[in-house]
Amino acid sequence: MTITHHPSEELLLDYAGGGLSESWSLAIATHLALCPACRREVAGLEAVGGGLVDVLEPAACSDGMFDAVLARLTDDDAASVTVASPPSVPPAAAPILPEPLRGYIGADLDGMAWQRLGLGAYQYLIETDDGATARLLRIPAGRPVPEHTHQGQELTLVLRGAFSDATGHYGAGDFQEADEHLAHKPHAAPGEDCICLAITDAPLRFKSLAARVVQPFLGI
Amino acid sequence: MDQLLVAVATTRDRAAFRELFDYFAPRIKSFLMRQGLDAQAAEDVVQEAMVRVWQKAHQYDPAKARASTWMFTIARNLRVDFLRKSKRPEPNVDDPALVPDTQPGGFALTAQAQDAARLQAALADLPNEQRVVLELSFFEEKPHPEIAEHLGIPLGTVKSRIRLALKRVRSELGEDE
Ligand SMILES: [Zn+2]
Repeated sequence: MTITHHPSEELLLDYAGGGLSESWSLAIATHLALCPACRREVAGLEAVGGGLVDVLEPAACSDGMFDAVLARLTDDDAASVTVASPPSVPPAAAPILPEPLRGYIGADLDGMAWQRLGLGAYQYLIETDDGATARLLRIPAGRPVPEHTHQGQELTLVLRGAFSDATGHYGAGDFQEADEHLAHKPHAAPGEDCICLAITDAPLRFKSLAARVVQPFLGI
Repeated sequence: MDQLLVAVATTRDRAAFRELFDYFAPRIKSFLMRQGLDAQAAEDVVQEAMVRVWQKAHQYDPAKARASTWMFTIARNLRVDFLRKSKRPEPNVDDPALVPDTQPGGFALTAQAQDAARLQAALADLPNEQRVVLELSFFEEKPHPEIAEHLGIPLGTVKSRIRLALKRVRSELGEDE
């Protein structure tokens, strides 16, 4: 996998600092699973966070605090570590979707229940807690996605296939950040269907009247 | 600190845990009070953080991160799921679909950042305005537009100060861009 488009340093910093809400974090974390370079970048940013912890002005703690903590410790705690993330699905063969995305979907690509959007496109809505919309989109090979602008931010992570727009070519693992100023016309590359994870913080707004009429039915 | 944490993981060493507590609890409390928690609430969360340190110490790998970095991630995750009641999905290193890091010494870059003295010197040398935006990003989880509003400066200025701050820390640590 050759990745040429990465999340911005700013977005990685927000992820490392814990400032991103669930949907945006899901897109970053899934890119990280595919991109060792960005994993190193995030580890470096966390190290900066650690350095800032060292130089923080310490705030004196109450006397009884250590004993209160001590009273809660048991020697076999290490064995009972609980994981708060969504339950992961054991992969059959080599899965295509990486974690944490696969756990959110509860299946790999071949076990998903896609929802038809019309125009040959499909979506799968992913439940998150932050009011943004997270979904997988499947655009047929060689076909355009209707031209649209965004009221807010949109993140797109390609998982399979590829798409191109005025800003470049995006293959598996590539990451695109778009804001309301970008009216782009993504076009799935020929060969195989383009499957991507898309996060939007406002409904997409299509530019042509025909697309606007169709939009409520598409639900995007 | 790194070795103390390893001692807690491997031998459940309570004396080592006490030393970790004495160093980190006041700093994590300070970290939390920067988020607007009062002293009592901050101490409650610090207690939770230190219990997690005890429970999760076996996950700590001194080859990959300094103890302070690991503590930072514990405090950050607590803030997200304990205070904000939200989730922060992460990649799973044991996932067969994870693309492995084939670069030899994949953590060499962060190994530089593990040099505590150099890192602290680099942070201390930052111009105040750059350090402030960096601290706001890490400690107060303010999105950049809010940082801009808070400081009364344009968003573009916040972004460029963050970029400059990170660039400067990197070059002080001798990292290549
Ligand atoms: Zn990347």
